Amino acid sequence: MFGLAKSRRLRGALAGTVGVGLVLGAAACSSSSDSSDDDTASAASIDCAPYKTFGDLKGKTVSVYTGIVTPEDKAYKDSYKPFEDCTGVTIKYEGDKSFETQILVRAKAGNPPDLAIVPQPGLLKQLVATGKAVAAPAEVSANVDKFWGADWKAYGTVDGKFYAAPSGASVKSLVWYSPSEFKDAGYTVPTTLDELKTLTDKMVADKKKPWCAGIASGEATGWPLTDWMEDFMLRLSGPETYDKWVNHDIPFNGPDSTAALDAVGAYLKNPAYVNGGLGDVKSIATTTFQEAGLPILDGTCSLHRMASFYAANFPAGTKVAEDGDVFAFYLPGKDATSKPVLGGGEFNLAFADRPEVKAFQTYLSTDTWANIKAQASQGWISANKGLDTSKVSNPIDKLSADLLQNPSTTFRFDGSDQMPAAVGSNAIFKQMTNWITGQDTKTTVDNVEKAWPAK
Amino acid sequence: MLTADTNAGKIGLMIAAILLFAAVVGIILFIATLFRGRLADRFTAYIYLAPTLIMLAVGLVYPGVRTIYQSFFNAAGDAFIGLGNYETIFTDSEQLTVLRNTVIWVVLTPFVATAIGMLYAILVDKTKFESFAKALVFLPMAISFVGASIIWSFVYAYRPDQANVKQIGLLNQVVVWLGGTPQQWLLTDWLNTFLLIVVLIWIQAGFAMTVLSAAIKAIPEDIIEAARLDGVGPWGMFRFVTLPAIRPAVVVVLTTIAIGTLKVFDIVRTMTGGQFNTSVIANEFYSQSFRSDNQGLGAALAVLLFILVIPIVVYNIRQLKQSEAL
Amino acid sequence: MTTALPSTEVLPAAVKDETTTSYAKRKLSSPWASLAALVIAILWTLPTFGLLVSSFRPERAIKTTGWWTFFSDPQVTLDNYKAVLDSEEGAGLGSFFINSIVISIPSVLIPLTLATIAAYAFAWIKFPGRNLLFLVIFALQIVPLQVTLIPLLTLYVDAGLANTFWTIWLSHSIFGLPLAIYLLHNFMREIPASLLEAARVDGAGHVAIFFRVLLPLLRPALAAFGIFQFLWVWNDLLVALVFGGGGTEIAPITVALANLSGTRGTAWHLLSAGAFVSIIVPVTIFLFLQRYFVRGLLAGSVKG
Repeated sequence: MFGLAKSRRLRGALAGTVGVGLVLGAAACSSSSDSSDDDTASAASIDCAPYKTFGDLKGKTVSVYTGIVTPEDKAYKDSYKPFEDCTGVTIKYEGDKSFETQILVRAKAGNPPDLAIVPQPGLLKQLVATGKAVAAPAEVSANVDKFWGADWKAYGTVDGKFYAAPSGASVKSLVWYSPSEFKDAGYTVPTTLDELKTLTDKMVADKKKPWCAGIASGEATGWPLTDWMEDFMLRLSGPETYDKWVNHDIPFNGPDSTAALDAVGAYLKNPAYVNGGLGDVKSIATTTFQEAGLPILDGTCSLHRMASFYAANFPAGTKVAEDGDVFAFYLPGKDATSKPVLGGGEFNLAFADRPEVKAFQTYLSTDTWANIKAQASQGWISANKGLDTSKVSNPIDKLSADLLQNPSTTFRFDGSDQMPAAVGSNAIFKQMTNWITGQDTKTTVDNVEKAWPAK
Repeated sequence: MLTADTNAGKIGLMIAAILLFAAVVGIILFIATLFRGRLADRFTAYIYLAPTLIMLAVGLVYPGVRTIYQSFFNAAGDAFIGLGNYETIFTDSEQLTVLRNTVIWVVLTPFVATAIGMLYAILVDKTKFESFAKALVFLPMAISFVGASIIWSFVYAYRPDQANVKQIGLLNQVVVWLGGTPQQWLLTDWLNTFLLIVVLIWIQAGFAMTVLSAAIKAIPEDIIEAARLDGVGPWGMFRFVTLPAIRPAVVVVLTTIAIGTLKVFDIVRTMTGGQFNTSVIANEFYSQSFRSDNQGLGAALAVLLFILVIPIVVYNIRQLKQSEAL
Repeated sequence: MTTALPSTEVLPAAVKDETTTSYAKRKLSSPWASLAALVIAILWTLPTFGLLVSSFRPERAIKTTGWWTFFSDPQVTLDNYKAVLDSEEGAGLGSFFINSIVISIPSVLIPLTLATIAAYAFAWIKFPGRNLLFLVIFALQIVPLQVTLIPLLTLYVDAGLANTFWTIWLSHSIFGLPLAIYLLHNFMREIPASLLEAARVDGAGHVAIFFRVLLPLLRPALAAFGIFQFLWVWNDLLVALVFGGGGTEIAPITVALANLSGTRGTAWHLLSAGAFVSIIVPVTIFLFLQRYFVRGLLAGSVKG
């Protein structure tokens, strides 16, 4: 412990000396404070006032560690520029595909970044449990109260303490399709689950294999199936039961759970329905989720249920729009009036409470940042209520953002992301994979229930 | 002096580190010469071993002991549960599959890789193309596991048997050329484990070949001469001259590959994610420790790896004793 | 050409002209032997060759047809390499090269030197606890890297070394030592004791014996272990990721490769090109060091 304290102090001292040097250098040019407005055309000018209260931050550095890598990292870095211009803070961005395991190792060993962009509430809990994370500052808490619903704040709260503000969000209840195929064959976008079934049967009658799916994703193979199951759980049993199920207030092998998985099986385990352009039912297990929707472009598959971020997987030049090569429709509810939406999102968790980190967290929780980020990127939205959906140019982002902000939708966060790691990122993936390759529904839900850690 | 930002700075830092290290080694060698008398050898040995022992104690012994300790605790590491984790490993049907696979891996890989490496080393020995031929088999060793898994994806990949869809996996293309229907190789239980083992054999044969080739070249010519004069045939030459002469090297290669095999998890993790009954202990250890957040079970699986290596250690002790006796 | 000779019936007089080893070789040569060698060489090269071909094919072609289609319908592009190497638009793998080199050289030299000294002590100095210590070090090979991550990183953080090259050098050295000592010890034991005794009688100390007698004989073994350790370090991802964490300043090429495909997952066209960029250095080093293997371990020494 002593050693740790020592090195923290050392780091602080080093930062201090560097800071002094830069302040002197920066003082010369700070007389023309408006220079930041015109030197970077891409960076929008923002109101710097909220960050003045954190003191003089010039020359300070904030490290950000995330699983978001190329090409999506660029929009993040660009969106930080206005803050950097305002405060003189340098944001050091590190994107790493093994983020989810590495962040735990780093946190446990006492080497965490200043800020981590955490993609699952379950992982967030684990990180808070290491004792290295710090609670969100009052400014962030106030912003989240202002811009997000209470449910979103709850995902960033552990044991009654608010830690992490939401960052991006994704809508998972979407079905990708080819608008031109629908037009040519006279299909219409379904508005209820029954209509979806009818549409599927119509496609089969047209000698098509309607659905394509793929769940291979390295060590996380199986996760797309958990999304399928959650979507049907939400639709067949309603949001209240869904919450109980996620929190394990009802067992995983109960009747609701079984019904939801069987409903998924009616699509994905039906050899007449899958796996368009990719093989038989079992081929779902070996097809990567990134490739699974591509047969839509070849015309060998008509429907692919996958989140909004799937837009990035289509080759360059593909037009993603209602009148383009591919687009998505909302996976309908049981009836046309209920609109449950399954989604996911990231959270900004801090491991340091230095003023520059607090200031940066504050910036990320504003509507200003959400709008800058959304306009800088393709396939990124936020549940931030301040997000101006009319300015979101990308059609699929607009569809998602509208769904998130529509008052009649019932949003629920991805369930497996909130379950304990032993279930949410291991047992459930494995069992779902076994299920698609032949294991029956009962064994599957029983095995997941068995893996649940004792409370 | 701990970090450097520019390329020149980095290289400077590297040179500084090497010089520092050279100085430390020089001091160690010098101190060792200061001892005189009956026990001088003993002191010399300990001084020579000192840096190694310190590094190993900190870097491997301490974490190893810590792991053994953790293996008796629960998932969160806050309650002692005795042999509970070990009980899980030996009773849970999934874990038993993991054990079964690990045994197949560790029995097959070292022997097949060594046999192929040895055969190849003998066959190309002193041929015109030896350098080039050896480089070919060595090549897989130079490829990272990430690279290897891409390479083998292009071998095992599956595309459905339908019009307008072409195979992109070599194995299935061969099957199609022979008139068969493409298979989903990595889904078939048992077969998939063997197919993954092939990848490791492919990598390790280069190691076996390199070491054994050096050993073969070390066989004194007079022995070969004598055998030749006795009219020994090619098989006899291998059986009675080559093999006995390179035996120690064969033991080294088998041992090294066996231990390497026990630790390999990258191949399984990248190619099947441990699904479809292909997981091995090292992969299961990784997923329990880092994905499932089950420290206790992860630690117990690591300890099981220590235990599995005991027979190999015992075999090496016997080899050591034998050579001491000579 | 060798097959034409009825090797088993060659008269001793005829053999006198050729070296004995080539005779032994001739004995083993047969059409079948050549065929076997050829088959192994092809099987071992074909998968890599497929990757090489793929790295020059357009993305769409890689995803829809097998690499062998290249020969009937050659579509060549350098785009994949451009995307991987270009530092403006692409991944800029080139700049990670220097980090890989800076990481690799000390990570090979340090364990190699320490292991040579330790192996010498184990092989040629008698001291109490020798066998036990050796076996403990040998058995340490099995400690999975992953169990060391958190304890070691905690120590580095405490020492203020986290996120520097030093931690990577130290870690690779530690992890390489057990195998290095085991391999080098086994090579050293093969050296005839009479050689060392002779030097000792002449009054040479350990250092003199080591440099004058052992080092020349050990060169092939050192070259062999050197290249293996180099490969492991060069291809390592985990150590660099955990101990070097903290951005691109010290990340080696493997880290860049792992993130190359980005969020799009299986970008095979980039990965295949990236894999070949990364392979160049190890293969060059192997070809360069190979002459040491060819010369033969202990060849010409007075054993037997």
